[in-house]
Amino acid sequence: MFSAPLPLILLAPFAGLLLLALIGRGGRSLTAWTAGLSMTGGLAAAFALAPEVFGGTTVLWRVAWLPEWGLDFALRLDGLGLLFAILILGIGVLIVLYAAYYLPKYDDLQRFYMSLLGFAGGMLGIVLAENIVLMVVFWEVTSLTSFLLIAYKYQEVEARISARMALAVTGGGGLALLAGALLLGSVAGSFDFSVIEARAGDVRADPLYPVILILFLLGAFTKSAQFPFHFWLPHAMAAPTPVSAYLHSATMVKAGVFLLARMYPVLGGTELWFVIVSTTGAITFVYGAYVALLKHDLKGLLAYSTVSHLGLITLLFGLDTPMATVAAVFHIINHAIFKASLFMAAGIIDHETGTRDMRRMGGLFYTMPRTAVLAILAAGSMAGVPLLNGFLSKEMFFTAAVAHPGFDGANLILPVVATIGGMLAVAYSVRFVWDVFFDGPANEMPKTPHEPVGWMRLPVEVLVALVVVVGFLPQWSVGPLLKVAAEAVLPGAVPEIKLAVWHGFNLPLAMTVVAFGLGVLQFSRRHKLYALQERYAFGLTSPVAFERFYRGATRFSTAAMAKAAPRSLQWNLALFFSFLLVLGGWAWMSTEMASGWAGMLTGPLPVGEVDMASAVAFAALLFGAVSTVIYRRNRVMAVIFMSVAGTVVSLAFLRFHAPDLALTQLSVEVVTIVLLLMCLRYLPETPVAQSSIGRRVRDGVLATAAGVGVTAMAYAMLTRPYETIAGYHMANAKPGGGGTNVVNVILVDFRGYDTLGEIVVLAMAALGLHALLTGTRMQGPPPLALTKADRYPIMLAELMRPLLPLALVVAVYIFLRGHNLPGGGFIAGLVAAVALMLQYVAGGVDFASERLRVNYVRLLGVGLGIATLTGVASFWFGVPFLTSTHGYVYPPVIDKFELASAMAFDLGVFLVVIGTVLLAMTDIAALRRGEIAAPAGAPAKEKG
Amino acid sequence: MELLVSVALGVLTASGVYLILRPTTFSVVLGLTLLSYAVNGLIFFGGRLKAGAPPLSVPGLTNQTDPLPQALVLTAIVIGFGMTAYLLAVALKAKSESGTDHVDAGETR
Repeated sequence: MFSAPLPLILLAPFAGLLLLALIGRGGRSLTAWTAGLSMTGGLAAAFALAPEVFGGTTVLWRVAWLPEWGLDFALRLDGLGLLFAILILGIGVLIVLYAAYYLPKYDDLQRFYMSLLGFAGGMLGIVLAENIVLMVVFWEVTSLTSFLLIAYKYQEVEARISARMALAVTGGGGLALLAGALLLGSVAGSFDFSVIEARAGDVRADPLYPVILILFLLGAFTKSAQFPFHFWLPHAMAAPTPVSAYLHSATMVKAGVFLLARMYPVLGGTELWFVIVSTTGAITFVYGAYVALLKHDLKGLLAYSTVSHLGLITLLFGLDTPMATVAAVFHIINHAIFKASLFMAAGIIDHETGTRDMRRMGGLFYTMPRTAVLAILAAGSMAGVPLLNGFLSKEMFFTAAVAHPGFDGANLILPVVATIGGMLAVAYSVRFVWDVFFDGPANEMPKTPHEPVGWMRLPVEVLVALVVVVGFLPQWSVGPLLKVAAEAVLPGAVPEIKLAVWHGFNLPLAMTVVAFGLGVLQFSRRHKLYALQERYAFGLTSPVAFERFYRGATRFSTAAMAKAAPRSLQWNLALFFSFLLVLGGWAWMSTEMASGWAGMLTGPLPVGEVDMASAVAFAALLFGAVSTVIYRRNRVMAVIFMSVAGTVVSLAFLRFHAPDLALTQLSVEVVTIVLLLMCLRYLPETPVAQSSIGRRVRDGVLATAAGVGVTAMAYAMLTRPYETIAGYHMANAKPGGGGTNVVNVILVDFRGYDTLGEIVVLAMAALGLHALLTGTRMQGPPPLALTKADRYPIMLAELMRPLLPLALVVAVYIFLRGHNLPGGGFIAGLVAAVALMLQYVAGGVDFASERLRVNYVRLLGVGLGIATLTGVASFWFGVPFLTSTHGYVYPPVIDKFELASAMAFDLGVFLVVIGTVLLAMTDIAALRRGEIAAPAGAPAKEKG
Repeated sequence: MELLVSVALGVLTASGVYLILRPTTFSVVLGLTLLSYAVNGLIFFGGRLKAGAPPLSVPGLTNQTDPLPQALVLTAIVIGFGMTAYLLAVALKAKSESGTDHVDAGETR
């Protein structure tokens, strides 16, 4: 038979999600069909693989992900995974159909189905993961997508709070699980489940075992809403009913019990497992059932009954006997089926009556008989009525409870707990049926109830049919599936599973009878219980405690942040520099002081002579830098002094044989100063008040210390020899990169990937500036009464226009020669930008913009695109990203000419640099457009 | 010569740090520019003061300077420009939103 590849099961929902994103709001039925078909596709793939699984094979599939970290994208399909995949996808299809009729007409089905498919994909990932870290990743996927689903009605406060609560609880559990998975991986030496399972004995013997177990259990218990983490589940009822029906029957909460089942062969079988898991399960089982009886809200009753049934499954895993484990797996199936149908029935009732309060409804059996019959059958299964599927697993549970050796000899406890839980389940099930469908005609319902449309009831009919079929013919219907699933949980130790409706008169049957009798009795006296509850209910419930904790934690961190990082940039920067100084001083102090201070400072290298030109330049730099500080409040002067320093820096680059740097520094200097001067217009003429003397002294001390530190560090460095790693670059620039300018070859070839990152950063800075300034309108001082000729001096304008082509030719020349001689994309880009900028300066922004119709944002994109494509093109030739190639072309007239693919990359750099500079300039210039018309007499809008 | 260069870098650093700590946005931009001169210089001089030739692999040239720090600094200079431009935009936006050019928009301590 055709066997579909394993990843198809997982891929189907995610593919549907993408498809939904693409088709947009393509109408209700199209979105529903897309969602439904992608689930069906996954289900078909699961069925196609089923024969292999039934044949006893575990289907494995893997692709390397981060192999050096032991992480593979590895999937497995065994009986347990198959069972869950069928539940997730099968019930998923029904939910898709149901939601299409349940959700209001005006709702955004696209968003709903996308979240739902993402969630289903996450669930499938958990149950199909072979690598446990991968499982944790999908675990987080379900936490996040369930957050989206619970907050589906995000306009409602309650939905948001509930979603946040669910995320905090299950996400916190997820963190514990991640820690547990990492520990388990390191103990077992692999993250692959097959390997871990094979070394289960070593894991259980490891001293870290208790820690691992507790971390895993935290993950499972939070997800499966076990006491005391159960409180998020009833709150999650704020979600629309299809979500509740899905999350709380076959998925989300089942992820926790799945984890128990999956880890049972590894972590189970110890005293610690037995005590923690069975106790937690037992408490949750009884507590959930008790609270369910107290709920008047239909969904609230079902929610707590879910908590209770999850407790039962957990308890069964905790009992740690083969029989109990089989019962647990069986109950996972049964609970998923009857609970999904009950939630959907509750949704229909809510939909048709307009209320979920059981005190307000009644007699629905007469107005919606079909729905009533379906719900009654499902509720019967929940209570454990014979001939329905819930009876079978409950009977198994009773049998396991009776057969269990018990807690240290106290072997009556388990049967008693089981009977009490069963009794409560009977009571709340009877209450559900009686209050909703009988109990006289109620007249307080907002709507007149009637049967829903047939398509809405169809999913319930399918599920209830399963309830009955499994109830009557268990061996024929689920026997094989249960067997393979149990085999996956209990390797080599599966007991003979006797699925039969009638086991004869025995103790478990007696317990059932007792539970039913007491349950009905308790139901009839329920009003006494409500009165008691109202009188003695304790105030601090888990959600309240959670909210208090949450608020307290938020308040604490806000206060701590305010203390640690006051909302003052000045203050933070001063702290930052102080910290740096302390760090530097500490490093200095902790070094070996064998040769004393002077020895620390001076290395063995001979010191060079100071020449006259350098001394003059040094003086100019000192003057420039210090004057910038002194004249900082006279901004134009400060800019000029700063440019003195900048010029000396570029001269220094020239002096020490870095022509590329000198060219870059010089052109950057020009564009920076133009931008600084342009901004001056919009900043207040008189800067804010001086800082206090004390603060200035403090900053002076900090600055001096920093300067002294840098001087010492620089001197110590400059007088010490070092081993360069550039030998390789020097040797291979020509043969490998096809260029003789080693700096340029490093940029575009050896370290091309870094350069790509750098131009991305540059483009991001430009886009950030663009985003900040777009739409900002600022008011400068009124324009001086200047004529156009004064603003744009005619000499400059006339000179600039013919200069532009010349300057651009120079830029092209610099660009082309850059691979061999000083130049290249960065410098050519800056030179071209300066030339274009001068056109703006000489002719005015409007003049230049009219002639230069370039969208600089697009130019950035084009530049980045060219650079990236050059890199991607390498893949065509089967070489890694950004591998360069070069060769010679012999165009006519000109001499032989070398072309390197790196040149195309450099072209991208060139364009990004131009785009950045000119985008910044035009954006700042555009601020002027917002200036309000000058006072009367002046032109309404200044035109360049 | 080494001392001269070291002191120059130190002076640039000190001026830069002092300006960065001022309350006026424009001073911060100037200070950052001066500080980046110093940092770029420090990285560049990681190749030491070498009396030689530019890093071109051309026959006849010997004793070339180290190309690696130069390549690092070249992009750093350009990115420094990007940062200056972005910071100017932030300063302008802050002025337009808060009406002042104080770095803390009045939240002085």
